[in-house]
Amino acid sequence: MAYPRGGMAVKDLTFRIAKGEWAFLTGHSGAGKSTILKLISADLRPTGGELRVSGFSIGELTKREIPKLRRRLGIVFQDFRLLQDRTAEENVAFALEVTGARPDSIPTRVQRVLTQVGLASRARAYPTELSGGEQQRVAIARALVNDPPILLADEPTGNLDERSSRGVFQLLREINAGGTCVVMATHELALVRQTDYRVLELREGAVVFDSTEERIATEGIS
Amino acid sequence: MRILTRETLRSFRRAPLLSALSITTIAFSLFTIGLFGLVAVNMREALRGISSRVEIEAFVLRGTPAETITLAAQDIAAFPEVASVQYVDEDQALQRAQRELVEFKDAYRDLQVNPLPASLEVSLKEPYRDAVHATAVAKRIEGFPFVDDVRFGREWIERLDRLRNLAGFVGLVIGLAFAAVAVVIIGVTIRMTVLQRAREISIMRLVGATDAFIRGPFLLDGALKGFLGGVLAVLLSRGAFELFRRNSTTALHTLVFFEPRYLLLGILFGIAIGLGGSLVSVGRHLRNV
Repeated sequence: MAYPRGGMAVKDLTFRIAKGEWAFLTGHSGAGKSTILKLISADLRPTGGELRVSGFSIGELTKREIPKLRRRLGIVFQDFRLLQDRTAEENVAFALEVTGARPDSIPTRVQRVLTQVGLASRARAYPTELSGGEQQRVAIARALVNDPPILLADEPTGNLDERSSRGVFQLLREINAGGTCVVMATHELALVRQTDYRVLELREGAVVFDSTEERIATEGIS
Repeated sequence: MRILTRETLRSFRRAPLLSALSITTIAFSLFTIGLFGLVAVNMREALRGISSRVEIEAFVLRGTPAETITLAAQDIAAFPEVASVQYVDEDQALQRAQRELVEFKDAYRDLQVNPLPASLEVSLKEPYRDAVHATAVAKRIEGFPFVDDVRFGREWIERLDRLRNLAGFVGLVIGLAFAAVAVVIIGVTIRMTVLQRAREISIMRLVGATDAFIRGPFLLDGALKGFLGGVLAVLLSRGAFELFRRNSTTALHTLVFFEPRYLLLGILFGIAIGLGGSLVSVGRHLRNV
């Protein structure tokens, strides 16, 4: 993946993340963590090599196919990216509405996912009425509501205090335990050390350490 | 459709000032075009009034039998360019001269013999009241053996033609210039709406909305603003027209307003501008993000 004005954002990457696996992307700022997540979600296009995500070849995706890929992904950001003029449940429902879900199925699915993230009682609250941790839970609920097989989390705990951070991390672990593949970019090594999940460490756009040299999967990201 | 409508109304509610700005921008742009249009329409009416006086006069040789003239008048009336043909005999011509040419009143009263010839007065249908058609018709009339002379004020009609062409050209240029300025201003206003909702667009894309779905509410929003702007422009134009007419001299009380079909066209133009502005602004934004 090259910058438009030259220079490589990430290079010489070869790895495969299996279905249902958890993978941390670690490294300093600018190491290429977010770039990899953007490549996976087709927000950026690779300038060389091959990138396959859940059956889609990212380099060959047409504009019309990008929404189809994104419906197979849940994406969570450090800054939550919630719509401030909508309640928690409206923010979650929004993800269903824009993807053409049956209107009569939406309330049930929203309720289910808000319960899953522990915010059923705060469904009618606006983002400004929620703490950072709660806002991130709403963002996770929105990411999960379409039942994606892959969840991408870009520094999801970066804006949270320690307690909220632990809560969100635990929630993501539960989601992974349910079979969802989680790829989480973080520079919080304390979180990484709590688990024996796979770690891909990046430096200047290249993987310099992979805690699991090779994993085999029938479907996943390669 | 329910989501489309809800999202459009939400956009109005969330940014009422920006929405009002868009609507008034469209309204005032169309109002400006409308005022110019009113001048153009009334100028066209005035020119139409003048051109209705375009007439061909064919003087008849003395002694021509009345039947010959009647038959010829029927032939001339059948020309596709001709609206009507009126026969004016010598006596009627004299009476008219005495009535209209007051300064020669005494001279006409003392005449022993009527020197004025009979004539056929030929008026043309509206689309043919120009120098080219008048000349063609005049030449055909000259072909009748009993016709002594044909007059139709060629210079006057040519001058009228030039005036009409000039008015049409100036009208087109100024109208297009106004319309272009209106489209640019409206495009900028709608672009502000798109930028204001950039975050929402990025979230829509994030969760897998198609570009067509993202465009939907913006297009409806633009069309609705265009419609409201168009209606407001019609009301402003009518108000300004009435105000001007009431405060002007009696001669200007005959001024005309737009026909309903032009008002409808104005509103449709507003909708088209709103839709076009939204389509361009959202399209550009979606390409760039």
